Amino acid sequence: MSKIAIKLENISKQYRIGSLQARYRTLRDTLTDAVKSPFRKAARLLRGEAYGAADLTQTIWALHNVCLEIKHGEAVGIIGRNGAGKTTLLKILSRITEPTSGYGRIYGRVGSLLEVGTGFHPELTGRDNIYLNGAILGMKKAEISRKFDEIVNFSGVEDFIDTPIKHYSSGMYMRLAFAVAAHLEPEILLVDEVLAVGDASFQKKCLNKMSDVASQGRTVVLVSHNMEAILGLCSRAIWLNSGRKEEDGPSQDIVKKYLSSYVERGAWRIPIAERTDRGGTGLIRFVNFRLQDEKGNSLDFVSTGETVDFIFSYIGREEKLSNVTTWFWIRDNFGRELLYFGSRATGQDFEAISGRGELICRIPKFPLPPGKYTIDLKADVNNVRGDRMNDVAIFEVAPGDFFKTGRPVKGIGLFLCDHSWRFNGNVK
Amino acid sequence: MSQDKNTLEVYIKPSGGWRSIDFKELWRYRELLYFLSWRDIKVRYKQTVIGAAWAIIQPLFTMVIFTIFFGRLAKMPSDGIPYPIFSYTALVPWTFFANGLSDTSDSLVSNSNLIKKIYFPRIIIPISAILSKSVDFILAFLVLIAMMIGYGVFPTKAVIWLPFFFLLAVVTSLGVGLWFTAMNVQFRDVRYTVPFFVQAWLFATPIAYPSSLLNEPWRTLYGINPMAGVVEGFRWALLGTNTPPTLIVFVSAAVSILILISGAFYFRRMEKSFADVI
Repeated sequence: MSKIAIKLENISKQYRIGSLQARYRTLRDTLTDAVKSPFRKAARLLRGEAYGAADLTQTIWALHNVCLEIKHGEAVGIIGRNGAGKTTLLKILSRITEPTSGYGRIYGRVGSLLEVGTGFHPELTGRDNIYLNGAILGMKKAEISRKFDEIVNFSGVEDFIDTPIKHYSSGMYMRLAFAVAAHLEPEILLVDEVLAVGDASFQKKCLNKMSDVASQGRTVVLVSHNMEAILGLCSRAIWLNSGRKEEDGPSQDIVKKYLSSYVERGAWRIPIAERTDRGGTGLIRFVNFRLQDEKGNSLDFVSTGETVDFIFSYIGREEKLSNVTTWFWIRDNFGRELLYFGSRATGQDFEAISGRGELICRIPKFPLPPGKYTIDLKADVNNVRGDRMNDVAIFEVAPGDFFKTGRPVKGIGLFLCDHSWRFNGNVK
Repeated sequence: MSQDKNTLEVYIKPSGGWRSIDFKELWRYRELLYFLSWRDIKVRYKQTVIGAAWAIIQPLFTMVIFTIFFGRLAKMPSDGIPYPIFSYTALVPWTFFANGLSDTSDSLVSNSNLIKKIYFPRIIIPISAILSKSVDFILAFLVLIAMMIGYGVFPTKAVIWLPFFFLLAVVTSLGVGLWFTAMNVQFRDVRYTVPFFVQAWLFATPIAYPSSLLNEPWRTLYGINPMAGVVEGFRWALLGTNTPPTLIVFVSAAVSILILISGAFYFRRMEKSFADVI
């Protein structure tokens, strides 16, 4: 029953990403190099040095000694921040690229979906593209013919099946592409973030189809940033961090650990003034963030339903700043943008302010339920981006008396809002 | 559900050194080869006015130009055959070879979206590029048959060798194309080199002139250019030129097989880097 589907041992993958620049170069060095380097490159190319030819000396390890074992019928989610090596792992499993070292074995027919609609040709009709895409995904011609009507039905583009897909809307294109992918029946299915595209109902359709596949006893490996999808589909999760396997276990536990690490190790730990991972011209730089209640007492956390001031201190490059706009987003644990606050939206741009100061946003009746939230912040000076930073700060929301009734608020939602109830007995 | 009786087992490991082509795997992917060739054929003349006529116009117009400049003005000898048919017989396999080579050289780069997103034996791409060109060859060949009837030139028994000469053109085009397309992934310089290369090769091949201009042993050595063997072979098989190019063809076949095998090994060696570098 518990046969092994995938087994990897010490898989590492190194990418060459660019050449190291020598620090001091004379004109003579540059000129001799310009003459020699084409010959050197051509010689390496002819010798068949697949990786050395392009003179790329700077390397990164996308994966480092990853070992894992996945049994038949398991649904495994792979999570991690951007650049953690998730997609690289999937590319190695699907044999698109080779590992630099280590080895692995896969038992069973593999179907990989790194994107939907791979190989779709705009000039071909929907019908032709179903066959082409099916063949590219590894289906046999007879298999495609058998499932053809089912695929067309699923896609809902029956009327346009003989129209070149360059005339399709992007929605139709996606539906057709997913319809083909959904009818792939491999023993091992590898999926990368394809769920991230399309509208909500389309995503839901994809998720349902995937959970069908998982429940049919096939092996599924899913890479996603969508924690709900991982929790919904996968019983087991693997957390990759900088190319290494950080944790491996039941998805509930791993997702929880991952999300709390997201909070604990987040960029916000570095004082804002020292942050370098920011964008914009630097005409304005945020240097501090704090919370305050309406009486001016500083706060460590926000209480649901209380009035709170979000205060951002800044330093301008010049003595006077004109036409400053600022806005920020509040995001939850899952990285979802929940709330937007902007000085342009409220019509309160700062037309002339001094080179140092604080921009204060007051929120009456803070609407979010208890939890941890992060802030992304941006500011423009004269319509040019002056500063931009993600994960500026993390703050906690404590339970509060939103409705001023003294009663606790039960039930889980993303927001709270004022409302009232009344009774109407005057019904016929 | 289980297509394969015994579970398919795949190894993942870094491949080192020179590897030969995995023919068993290639056979498993034969349907993809078919579909990619079919796609190339179907798409090629989409959104053109005269469509597949382009396959004929190219060699036909070259023939007209050659006839005017080499046949009439330069009074080039043509082994006693009317010059138009003499040159067109050579231009049909040549056009197939030249277009096949340019398409093959560009094939990996123009299919980079596939290479980055899905696994299959990469060699399928250049092979399908060549295969899809054979449709153009057949169309141009039909015109050749019409011309032969028009000029009253009839093939001898040697015509049974024609498929062999066509195969020789395929092998040469694919062999050189494998080298070029694998290099093109690393450095796009190749893309700009190929047109020059093909042009030079055109004049190094006895298309506008007969190889009988050369004396032995030089004529045999000429076979080092495999297309010389192909072109002379076509003339011999179809037009019955009285000089059977046996030695040329032997040399050509040997050289072209050498190019194909070395190209295949080179391709396989570079293959592992395609998805990372392209």
